[in-house]
Amino acid sequence: MPDNAVETRDLVKRFGEFVAVDRVTLAVGRGEIFGFLGPNGAGKSTTIRMLCGLLLPTSGSATVGGLDVMTQSEAIKQHIGYMSQKFSLYDDLTVEENIDFFSGIYGVPKARRAERKAYVLKMAGIEKRRSSLTGLLSGGWKQRLALGCAILHEPPVLFLDEPTSGVDPIARRTFWDLIYQLSAAGNTIFVSTHYMDEAEYCHRLALMYGGKIIALGTPGELKRSLEGHSLLRLEASDIFGSMQALEKLEGVSDVAVFGGGLHITVSDASAAIPKIRGALEHSGIAITVLEPIEPSMEDVFVAMIEQEEKKAA
Amino acid sequence: MSWRRLKTVAKKELLHIVRDVRSLTLALALPMVMLLLFGYALTLDVDRIPTYIYDQDRTPQSRELIDQFRGSTYFQILGAVNGYRPAELAMDKSAILLDIVVPRDYARRLLAGQEADVQLLIDGSDSNTASIALGYAQAVIQTYAAQLRSDAQVRKGGQPLRVPVDPRIRVWYNSDLKSKNFIVPGLIAVTMMIIASMLSSLTIAREWENGTMEQLLSTPVRPRELVLGKLLAYFALGITDMLICVIVGVFIFQVPLRGSVWFLFFTSCLFLFGALSWGIFISATARTQLLAFQMGMLSSFLPGYLLSGFIYSIQNMPKVIQAVSALVPARYFVIILNGIFLKGVGLRVLWGEVSMLVVYAGLVFVAASRKMRQKVA
Repeated sequence: MPDNAVETRDLVKRFGEFVAVDRVTLAVGRGEIFGFLGPNGAGKSTTIRMLCGLLLPTSGSATVGGLDVMTQSEAIKQHIGYMSQKFSLYDDLTVEENIDFFSGIYGVPKARRAERKAYVLKMAGIEKRRSSLTGLLSGGWKQRLALGCAILHEPPVLFLDEPTSGVDPIARRTFWDLIYQLSAAGNTIFVSTHYMDEAEYCHRLALMYGGKIIALGTPGELKRSLEGHSLLRLEASDIFGSMQALEKLEGVSDVAVFGGGLHITVSDASAAIPKIRGALEHSGIAITVLEPIEPSMEDVFVAMIEQEEKKAA
Repeated sequence: MSWRRLKTVAKKELLHIVRDVRSLTLALALPMVMLLLFGYALTLDVDRIPTYIYDQDRTPQSRELIDQFRGSTYFQILGAVNGYRPAELAMDKSAILLDIVVPRDYARRLLAGQEADVQLLIDGSDSNTASIALGYAQAVIQTYAAQLRSDAQVRKGGQPLRVPVDPRIRVWYNSDLKSKNFIVPGLIAVTMMIIASMLSSLTIAREWENGTMEQLLSTPVRPRELVLGKLLAYFALGITDMLICVIVGVFIFQVPLRGSVWFLFFTSCLFLFGALSWGIFISATARTQLLAFQMGMLSSFLPGYLLSGFIYSIQNMPKVIQAVSALVPARYFVIILNGIFLKGVGLRVLWGEVSMLVVYAGLVFVAASRKMRQKVA
């Protein structure tokens, strides 16, 4: 058995002139929760589709569970579970009928079928609604049922393409609990999202932008990698006035409103703090709080994309 | 090909069919409605032709001739007129189709053994009906004239007139020449073609629209299993429709069913398989339900009615159109159904048409599966 559940090398997908996925190289370990982060249209879904055997790569290579995406896509389909952002269930079928259908399609052995069905119903917390039409379920239930249907055949690798889009925060939290359970049981989970808080839940992350992976590592590593970028939190008497006063200040690369205050991105925190104090006092603004803070995933994400855009320009 | 997956797909598809009550009702009611509507409206029989008589002769012979018309069910004498003008007016208003003018010297010439002409004025705006009506009228006139001449000969003390050739026409298979007897079997073929491609044309497009297709493609299910599984489910519906059509045809329209019911079942299955595959092919091509529906209607309705030969004789069409009609499976099914219903013939006679259906069904099924595979990659 290979060490990595998913491996890609210089994976490329072109649609005509458009390069949707540009030389993506990554490796996902067994049992890992691997997050795929990026704005819409970054190429996350396209990459996942190639790994699931839905799309043929233009060039490069990839393996899933040691099987080649180019030549063994039919075998791969036995080993993976895939859940798309649409929760692709049949609305006019009942919960049980959906489970039975996917059970049959995945070829779950007869002896295991009842047990797997019971597991999915329990996991999704949907036992009492087993005979309801799926279309009548709320988003969170549908989402968990879709996940359940994708893991009926106990696939070692699970691909989730923006699985939490359009469900409420509580359902999202429950969903991530399920993902942790699956990961703890040894399943590999490859999940794409554009929710920054979800990114923090992942063991490792790849940041994708314009078809390329622009950063890869644990959430902590990614945050530390923002060298020359420190983040300060400011609370002051006049937020709007502070913003105007600070935007042109030397050593400040970005000012953004965050909650009731400002997040100020600077290249060197210790040098910047006295300068900011001076500038604001000069404008007659009283400072309540000015302190360095740990950047959130969102800060990292935005900073990295800005860097990338500067490089391109 | 996995039997288990095939069964799973078919079962799921049957559930879709049963759950969608509105479409199900439509699918079951439509063939009956179409058959009744077209079956009654589309009569090509010409009888009770509204007729005026302009008798200039006013002799016992001319009256006798008119009585011949009166006695025929093909004509309905609406009145006698004195002059061309009233008949012309009536014809303009479409009140009459035919005006029979018996000339002044009709009886005299006839009794003298000379040529005696009768003038027939006919509304030719519907040329088909006009020529049929003309045929009936000529037959009546000639029969009467021959009879009269023969009688005259006898009266003169001679032998009855012997006509050298006496054609006796015997019509086989549809001895009453009722148009419904050939319209209804043809109509069943056309109806089934429309229903079948309509039923299945939405099925794959719907999965694309709902995003379930992407899910399916990530599973081990093969395109062939998907197409065949869906086909089996719609097959159940199609055969039910076919049964409804046959029952309506035999019991409501009283069309004789002379051939083997099993052969009818077998050929219907074959035809349905092809027509449903065509619907699925369209569905896989179109990707949206709206487009699939339009393509399905366009590709089944028009060729079904115009090129299947069920009303419009293919032999009379230009060569190019004839060649195109060879691609319309309903054309073969029309011949098969007419053969089974009216002639009572089987595979021995119809093997050519049956093998065309086999070829069509096979080709379209493979094309539909291929199309699915293409969309996958």
